[in-house]
Amino acid sequence: MPEHRVTDRILLGHGSGGKLYRDLVKDIFVTAFANPVLERLDDAAALAPTGRIAFTTDAHVVQPLKFPGGDIGRLSVAGTVNDLATAAARPLALAAAFVIEEGFAVAELRAVCASMAATAREADVPIVTGDTKVVERGAADGLFITTTGVGEIVVAHDLGSAAVRDGDAVILSGGVGDHAVAILAARGEFDFRADVRSDCAPLWGLVEAAVEAARTQGGEEAVRFLRDPTRGGLTTVLAELTEESGLGIEVEEQAIPVSPAVRSVCDLLGYDPLTLANEGKMVLVTAAETADAVVAAVRATTYGRDARRIGFVTAAHPGRVALRTPFGTRRVLDMPIGELLPRIC
Amino acid sequence: MTAADDLACLAAELREEAGPGLTFMEVCGTHTMAIARYGLRQLLPEGVRLVSGPGCPVCVTAMADLDRVLALARLPEVTLVTFGDLIRVPASRGTLAEERAAGADVRVVYSPSDAVRIAAAEPKRQVVFAGIGFETTAPTTAAALLEARAAGLTNFSMLSLHKTMPLPLRALLDLGETPVSGFLLPGHVSVITGTACYEFLAREYGIAGVVAGFEARDVLEALLMLVRQSEPEIAIQYTRAVRPEGNVVAQRLLEQVFEPSDADWRGLGVISGSGLALRAEFADADAARRFAVDPGPTLEPPGCRCGEVLRGVTDPADCALFGARCTPEDPVGACMVSSEGACAARYRYRGLDDA
Repeated sequence: MPEHRVTDRILLGHGSGGKLYRDLVKDIFVTAFANPVLERLDDAAALAPTGRIAFTTDAHVVQPLKFPGGDIGRLSVAGTVNDLATAAARPLALAAAFVIEEGFAVAELRAVCASMAATAREADVPIVTGDTKVVERGAADGLFITTTGVGEIVVAHDLGSAAVRDGDAVILSGGVGDHAVAILAARGEFDFRADVRSDCAPLWGLVEAAVEAARTQGGEEAVRFLRDPTRGGLTTVLAELTEESGLGIEVEEQAIPVSPAVRSVCDLLGYDPLTLANEGKMVLVTAAETADAVVAAVRATTYGRDARRIGFVTAAHPGRVALRTPFGTRRVLDMPIGELLPRIC
Repeated sequence: MTAADDLACLAAELREEAGPGLTFMEVCGTHTMAIARYGLRQLLPEGVRLVSGPGCPVCVTAMADLDRVLALARLPEVTLVTFGDLIRVPASRGTLAEERAAGADVRVVYSPSDAVRIAAAEPKRQVVFAGIGFETTAPTTAAALLEARAAGLTNFSMLSLHKTMPLPLRALLDLGETPVSGFLLPGHVSVITGTACYEFLAREYGIAGVVAGFEARDVLEALLMLVRQSEPEIAIQYTRAVRPEGNVVAQRLLEQVFEPSDADWRGLGVISGSGLALRAEFADADAARRFAVDPGPTLEPPGCRCGEVLRGVTDPADCALFGARCTPEDPVGACMVSSEGACAARYRYRGLDDA
């Protein structure tokens, strides 16, 4: 294979745009992401979408770069694929921009790219263009990755809070809190080991199955709203939805899956699992009559085995999320306030 | 039987047996939070009122002490280490979070021994641990101090703002402004202290106390025990964790490192003997002696009624600032900052019928 040679460490020169840069791009990125569009090494990739387009971007600054269940590579692809999925968009192409700190190990960069490539393959989306900047030591912490995605929207109607109706079902694709707890444990900031893996995963397959099931069962517009509960967690998604829609939501605390490990870490540190970040979960609001079919379809996908209907939309208490506790009491769920866990994604 | 049915049974018994006009006070932040989080007030009969007392360590920390912590953080050689709750509490002029944004080296840890680790890893920094908390956290702080000493770390010191639990209850009762029918005594603190230190409540004031656990069931069961007492006494509901004699090892650790001192409580003022100061043999690790700082004059936020809330005289919702000018996002008083604060718990876990 190639005669281009890359050193063990990233040098400032790798960001120069000259020969070193070319070698880096070819040896690492083109090799890892191998696809005909990227291989042309044009400044812009030409795409040929057919329908309505979804377009999104996401910066990834997670620390540590590698954690149980994933790494910044998998996260950067899954995060953008999932943002596209919330628009019911099949991912068409991704772009990746790397900000690398001088001295970063090339082997580590290679591993991150391999992880990105594997996740992109899983989501069936090519990484077709990108950019690399190297900054001097201390000007960045290792590696930051920004991924931008384009997707084709597979439904004709507009999803979102405006489409949500009184009585709709609220569905959650699985347990919450795993990503945040896995990151916390991986940072080793305190004395506990938690056997928790990040849920980091690309969810287009899950969303596609849900959209298909809803369409079959309840017609074209049965899927109302999709959002991935990342920073701020499930609580934030629900609170935002009530704020934007002017409707209320009632959820059943016991219906929300939380693993025993996540639960005990939360008890120990005083966190609320419902406000913790996830990277492989989806909140789906669908017409009530389609909910069972959607849950069944989601459960049949790799990342949706624990999907459940957790509540419903109601006009009874506009703008507020009510949580029904296992004790039959109800309380308001509020958005968490900032700075809980920096650099979680 | 489901958890809801079980609680409904307890609630029904309470309704049946509780007379009118009962006010029970909880004096532990974890209870405050549990009661709010489980929505337990919704299950209580009308005659039973729950009020929060001085049980949240961050909340009871006096303004002057917060100002000292900020002044320490401003020293260029100091790395100020503390628990997360403290960094957002408004002192007279700003918060630790604001000091950090302005360049101060402020770090948040979950355990005091993490502060020792920082001191070991960064020998050129003066690592100051701002220790707050009751008998529950004080032993771990004491252990951290001994750990630092054993490791020969000369760059580790501590500002002890620790307080002990029973004395403020006496102060509160002596003020006579809160009609307390009984106390829900703190589960975690009592694991360490045991129950003898509360006996004066029944003996001298004729007020009952039950040491309670933190599950919804624990709290209701403890309330039922309080209601059923014909002769006021101190009892333990939380028997799976609390023994009458407490944790003797932890008590010895406390005695080894700390001695009783005057402590300034928000809402209650200085209570003699209610604080834990470092003993003379640990003077070299006492940040209060090591660093001379001028915290400046204390300024209480206008309109803030945290002091009254901490004495159980004012309900959080009756403060004019509550939920309007003062929210967890933009807190005016300490009780709205800490997750264990009466105002924060009430606001965050408000019921659908609350404003």
